[in-house]
Amino acid sequence: MMDIGKILENLVNNANTLKRIGFTVLALLVVIDFFLPRHHSHYFWDDIPGFSAVYGLLSFILIVVVSKTLGHYWLGRPEDYYND
Amino acid sequence: MIDWVHPSAFLILGALLIPFFKGRAQQIYLVLLPVLALLTVMLMSPGVHGVVKFLGFELIFGRVDKLSLAFAYVFSCAVLIGSIYALHVKDNGQHIAAFVYAGSSLGATFAGDLLTLFVFWELMAFASVWLIWSRRVQASIEAGYRYLLVHAVGGLVLLAGIVIFYVTTGSTRFDVMQGQQGPAFYLIMIGFMLNAAVPPLHAWLTDAYPEATVTGAVFLSAFTTKTAVYALIRAYPGTEILIWMGTVMALYGVVFAMLSNDIRRLLGYHIISQVGFMVAAVGMGSALAVNGAVAHAFAHILYKGLLFMGAGAVLQMTGRSKLSELGGLYRYMPVTFVLYMIGALSISAFPLFSGFVSKSMEISAAAEMHLPQIWLLLTLASVGTFLCLGLKIPYYTFFGKDCGVRPTEPPRNMLVAMGMAAFLCVFIGVYPAWLYDKLPNLVDYHSYTPTHIVWALQILLFTAMGFFMLRKKLGGLRKITLDVDWFYRKGAGLFMRFVYHVVTPIENWFIQVYRHVFRGNLTLGTKGLWLDKNVIDGAVNAVAAAVVKGAGTLRQMQTGQLQHYALVMVGSLLILSLYSLF
Repeated sequence: MMDIGKILENLVNNANTLKRIGFTVLALLVVIDFFLPRHHSHYFWDDIPGFSAVYGLLSFILIVVVSKTLGHYWLGRPEDYYND
Repeated sequence: MIDWVHPSAFLILGALLIPFFKGRAQQIYLVLLPVLALLTVMLMSPGVHGVVKFLGFELIFGRVDKLSLAFAYVFSCAVLIGSIYALHVKDNGQHIAAFVYAGSSLGATFAGDLLTLFVFWELMAFASVWLIWSRRVQASIEAGYRYLLVHAVGGLVLLAGIVIFYVTTGSTRFDVMQGQQGPAFYLIMIGFMLNAAVPPLHAWLTDAYPEATVTGAVFLSAFTTKTAVYALIRAYPGTEILIWMGTVMALYGVVFAMLSNDIRRLLGYHIISQVGFMVAAVGMGSALAVNGAVAHAFAHILYKGLLFMGAGAVLQMTGRSKLSELGGLYRYMPVTFVLYMIGALSISAFPLFSGFVSKSMEISAAAEMHLPQIWLLLTLASVGTFLCLGLKIPYYTFFGKDCGVRPTEPPRNMLVAMGMAAFLCVFIGVYPAWLYDKLPNLVDYHSYTPTHIVWALQILLFTAMGFFMLRKKLGGLRKITLDVDWFYRKGAGLFMRFVYHVVTPIENWFIQVYRHVFRGNLTLGTKGLWLDKNVIDGAVNAVAAAVVKGAGTLRQMQTGQLQHYALVMVGSLLILSLYSLF
């Protein structure tokens, strides 16, 4: 039990190293994508290396913007809204 | 000889004996029942069993084929895991409710005709509401009543559909609704969709699940929606409208989950989102898509249970469930964190976890059927899943700003249950053949291809990059979000205000007119007064006296126990339905 706690503590203390590893992995994923065989392409975007990286990032931005906008301008209410 | 045993018999009938056991013996009994149910399912041979003739109807209690077996298998696993998670709970009512609920769900799964399905369907609603009420706080009582009312309406719609179906076709077979396009087709579908939480019929879920008990929510997350998915697969495969409804549902859940502050409400919205994938796959209806829906439901029950168990552990040990009030727990609950993350990575469809081998079947099915918009939108929803469950909840609960509470790990039985679910999540992810073997259709599908792995990792890790760049702005806000439950929580109040401010003044105006016109005629007035005093008042008083007396008698008859009412309601619904058919 304690070991897991220690490992987590170590990871948190080395956040900068983790960040560097993270960026390296991201870059590698896109580079590898250029050399992958593509047999089962259903759509044109299946043939674009790194497409899913861009699509993932765009999806993330879209979800955050849409949900934050809806919450801010329309759907958000104080926590005791239903209790009065 | 008995050649077939219904696994629900252990759960529903066995549950009634729970109060007779105490302490350790009860705990053993609570594990024994689901183990017996699971063994029964594992040893079951395909075929039609348990056919009972009843008032001219053929009730089929045991239609056993690959489809019902796959669901029964994972349902039994879920009861076993859930009851181990709840072993420390000293509340017989909750244990009984959980077992009756799970047992009814298995009963609905094996039902071969619509009447049997309907009885178990209603029993599920009445048993499950106890898991909400058992928290015994005002919010849960109220949410439980709303939950029950919505399901009562859904049950009536389903019943109406079944009655019309019987009248028009002369059969109560629960099978593919082929060539049917009349009201029965749509009424039964609406009944199923309400339980599957398809928007706008979904608000009961996110209203009630966060108010349930810690252990009750684990059961709730498994059965109601997935039984509905099973019913949809059974009756409505290839119904095109479901493709779009499911896709909208997947996105709806994601957007509302982003706005939730309560962890369990957030998880509830992700049930809606995940079931959306399954509903869309049912709508596609191809062999691969149906396999995908079954595989996804199977994997989903396990990882969603695990996530609810993790959130429940946090709630139980800290007393808090809001992201804005949590943070920094990784130091005190590291094991809970790791187990939670296994669930989160599974639902996010990381390679080597169960979601990767199940959800991808549905998305591939969309690609095979040349539905590019659906493919893109479902992929978009997957990003939201990882964002909320794999990044947002763990970051703001276990890391982020320290919230000041110093909890310990939850009781051992809770960790063991989480460990079992986590093991299955990883096991399915590493060895998908075990799951694929249980699917209804024979399909040659391989999820671990280099392109697919790189594709998934790019989507997920670039989402993670975005999250860490914006992590200061994405925390939970001390707010709640409006959803369609507004219509019955606030809309009813507005309706009453409309009555007060619009209808009542109009009525008063008529009274004024009445007075001005008739006041002049005193003779008439005096006669009217006499009539009013002696005849009308007398009649009213007599009626009132009779009502008081009748109520007194009725009060004696009432037990005040909801199980009895539930039983009477289910019984009379059945009798009424039978009566209306002759």
